[in-house]
Amino acid sequence: MTPLAGCLLVSSLLFAVGLAGALTRRNTILVLVGIELMLNAANLNFVAFWRFGPHSQGGPESMTDSMTGMIFVLFAIAVAAAEAAVGLALILAVYRHAKTTDLSQLIGRRP
Amino acid sequence: MSTPFLILAAVTLAGAWAAMTLRGLVHCALALAVAFAGIGALYLNLGAQFLGLAQLLVYVGAIAVLIVFVILLTRGGDVDSPRLSPASWPAAGVAVATAVFAVLGWAVFHSNAILAPLAPAPQPNIRQLGVALMDGYVLPLEVIGLMLTAALIGAVVVAMKEKP
Repeated sequence: MTPLAGCLLVSSLLFAVGLAGALTRRNTILVLVGIELMLNAANLNFVAFWRFGPHSQGGPESMTDSMTGMIFVLFAIAVAAAEAAVGLALILAVYRHAKTTDLSQLIGRRP
Repeated sequence: MSTPFLILAAVTLAGAWAAMTLRGLVHCALALAVAFAGIGALYLNLGAQFLGLAQLLVYVGAIAVLIVFVILLTRGGDVDSPRLSPASWPAAGVAVATAVFAVLGWAVFHSNAILAPLAPAPQPNIRQLGVALMDGYVLPLEVIGLMLTAALIGAVVVAMKEKP
């Protein structure tokens, strides 16, 4: 198995674990945790392709090109941080309103 | 497939598995921190030093701590949530995740990308990254800064105690 295939396999396993958690757990916080794990799996894919994929060598523009994977992951981390902050704030607001973070109790609730 | 990579992958996957299956919420958050640290170490193993350290700083240092804060603020730590609901949707969720993994694994093993000859490892350095961020990606950088500011203000506004 090539290193690239190993990375992709690890990342797809991570994605599947996060997806299973997000779909089955009843606590809102853990659903958010599952989403974070899926985001990290995608980031791992980016880094793997950046490391093992083909690069254009030489020339002034190729330097920026060879950084694309890393920069995408950098931006994805920033977006994930913002998403986690807003998501957790929403969970706090819902908890203050409904006194629970259990999804099965929140479903079907009228505001 | 080097041994360090296998060890780091095993630690990461074990952390993720524990974060999704443990019952205590605080235990889940700590397992999540282990998984994030493992992913950061995988980045370091793949040669992306800046990303590995940024991952440690942002995920282990900020997001995991934020999750622990919210768990304690919502008093989820002392409520042991019942395992799973008797409805059939947990099984459906696991089935969907397994199907997704099967499709992804099939795609990985049948793609041409993994057969391509390995390119020489890129030689990243922080200076190149900084130049790229300030040169070709300066507009996305500004947009992400604005978005982070808006998200933080929004989070504070949403979480603020409402006036009765």
